[in-house]
Amino acid sequence: MTRDPARTARAAAILAGLGVAAWLVVLNFGALGAVAWRAEGLTALRGADWAAVRFTLVQALLSAALSVALAVPIARALARRRFIGRGALIMLMGAPFILPTLVAVLGLLAVFGRAGLVNQGLEGLGLARLNIFGLHGVVLAHVFYNLPLATRILLQGWAAIPAERFRLGATLGFGPRDNFRQLEWPMLRDLVPGAFLVIFLICLTSFSVALTMGGGPRATTVELAIYQAFRFDFDMGRAAMLALVQFGLCAAAGVLAWRVALPSGLGGGMDRPVQRFDTGTAGLRLWDGALIVGGALFLLVPLALVVMRGAPHVLGLPVEVWHAAGRSLVVALGATGVTLAMTLALAHAVLIAGGARGAVLEWLGLAALAASPLVIGTGLYLLIRPLANPRDFALVVTMLVNAGMALPFALRLILPGLREVVASQGRLADSLGLHGWARLRIVTLPRLRRPLGFAAGLTAALSMGDLGVIMLFAEREGATLPMQLYRLMTAYRLDDAAGAALVLLGASLALFWIFDKWGRGLAEA
Amino acid sequence: MTITQDDFALRADLAVEPGARVAVIGPSGAGKSTLLGAVAGFVPVTQGRIIWANKTISDQGPATRPISVLFQDNNLFPHLSAFDNVALGLRPSLRLSVAERAQVTAALARVGLEGFGARRPAQLSGGQQSRVALARVVLQGKPLVLLDEPFSALGPALKVEMLQLVADICAETGATLLMVTHDISDARAIADQTILVADGVAEGPFETAHLLDNPPAALRAYLG
Repeated sequence: MTRDPARTARAAAILAGLGVAAWLVVLNFGALGAVAWRAEGLTALRGADWAAVRFTLVQALLSAALSVALAVPIARALARRRFIGRGALIMLMGAPFILPTLVAVLGLLAVFGRAGLVNQGLEGLGLARLNIFGLHGVVLAHVFYNLPLATRILLQGWAAIPAERFRLGATLGFGPRDNFRQLEWPMLRDLVPGAFLVIFLICLTSFSVALTMGGGPRATTVELAIYQAFRFDFDMGRAAMLALVQFGLCAAAGVLAWRVALPSGLGGGMDRPVQRFDTGTAGLRLWDGALIVGGALFLLVPLALVVMRGAPHVLGLPVEVWHAAGRSLVVALGATGVTLAMTLALAHAVLIAGGARGAVLEWLGLAALAASPLVIGTGLYLLIRPLANPRDFALVVTMLVNAGMALPFALRLILPGLREVVASQGRLADSLGLHGWARLRIVTLPRLRRPLGFAAGLTAALSMGDLGVIMLFAEREGATLPMQLYRLMTAYRLDDAAGAALVLLGASLALFWIFDKWGRGLAEA
Repeated sequence: MTITQDDFALRADLAVEPGARVAVIGPSGAGKSTLLGAVAGFVPVTQGRIIWANKTISDQGPATRPISVLFQDNNLFPHLSAFDNVALGLRPSLRLSVAERAQVTAALARVGLEGFGARRPAQLSGGQQSRVALARVVLQGKPLVLLDEPFSALGPALKVEMLQLVADICAETGATLLMVTHDISDARAIADQTILVADGVAEGPFETAHLLDNPPAALRAYLG
């Protein structure tokens, strides 16, 4: 029988995709099995553990509800106003996504913390100070993160309402209220559940925010409780039980997510304002202006403070910080490579398999959205322990878990692009006998350069700023930059922490910028 | 042979002489492109087979069939230079020997695009883009050339010029030409024979002039 290169290439692509899928199953489910198996019996949960479950749900619900509730008026104001810097502001709203959690936390502390701007103001007025730690601190940090995400998701919804509808509305004498009822409300009804669920999912696995903004046993998430049971109590049974609980929570949310289409907020096209005719009255203009300025300040002031406080201390940073930065860079670049390779393999397999099988593969790729890094990390730790010292694998495991966490976002970005390449140029490539590596090199990768660059930038920045699994594994040596920053914070070395935060912020943004720039570099035909 | 797609079926039982220039005409949606797609290997044949030079080709992949195709659009990769787009016809890996590079240059020259190799499709006019795709057909030198209305976006004069170039190229290499068209004058100008696709059946080939001068009912309805 003659060997058909087209068929060989298809088989190879399917095989690679299935390999990735198998790895995802191991990562998302196998780790949990390892936890349950190695625990040598599960320990019953204590009262404090149930408090953690309750706290996790309450903070995630509050964070998601507040983020979406605030995002609706802000997105509405942004959608119907045109002003200088509008595009820049919308772009900036994408930034929290790639902002390291600890940097955001430090920025928020500078504003709302014990010696922050708000408390200084209150003190000046002779009022009582706010205590930011605890539930409201956690929710505040989550809203800081997710309000921009929700705003971008909703702005996409507004951008998707055809301009002609608003024009038609204007001819019918629609005011703002009528526009809301007839045009905006139906769009919101479709989008809000998805936006709420995305944010709920993100907050469900909150670790570093709870670690830094939570206060004691009354403000501990399940994710944090796993870490504490594992690291401080060495109670594997309890860690395993908590991991099961966390998995259950995530699985339940994941099932919900299957039914509701999750928006991503990553796409473009939001910076084209539609001409609106319902923007007349001064009161409305003032209201929209206040919302936009308020939203911008809420985002910008904490970041500006991080830069201002950190700048004087960057040069004097201890050498460990720079070593940690180097390690983080290696982890981030490794995770980026692994994510892109996995995403490409999985996306090809999704398209080749097609139909229900393709949908299952795609779901598996997106399922990591609901996965818990700490559960996965605990599982990998227990799997490695009988074979070797897990500490030696701290960076590799961090890299692999980061790659798994970034995969859903990368898949979201790359799959539609690949689908488009196959639809528009698949036949030509087939007819020319372009298969396998040659096709990847000559057709697919160049055509996907833009989403690839964007996905690479996201992955690198997310991985650079991630504080999670590494906390389970690493000892004093071998810390990543976020971990080093956390140590400086807990040791109250605030000047060094400020400097390290600025380095981390700069590194994350630089990584994103470089990859994204590379993606945009090609003059598209 | 029979092609089935969902509830659409097309039957064809016909033979084309080597070296012939054959137009495929018929109402939109009748299955002209489907017929070409089946010959080219993009549409699976559900029953029967396609034979070329005494060999069954309907079980081969698109690239291994003795066929060059020009689609309605997307005949070029927009991110590759004209040279690379042509060279793909010779080596899908784009790793060319010196002699092969000379062949590519010669093919570009044959279609009147000397010195245009470095340009991207976006830097070329519509007619020049068509010429790049034709240069690849020249280079591939396959015995059967299929055109699925690749020039329909060009102006009438340019379209005729392109079709004439295709006819010349086919005459030089002795290739058989099968072209879908909805413009009868194209069929008259280029194709000595015509296949009529209507009502789920592909019939012919007929002598073009004779068919168009004495159209059967299905064709009369289409011609109006």
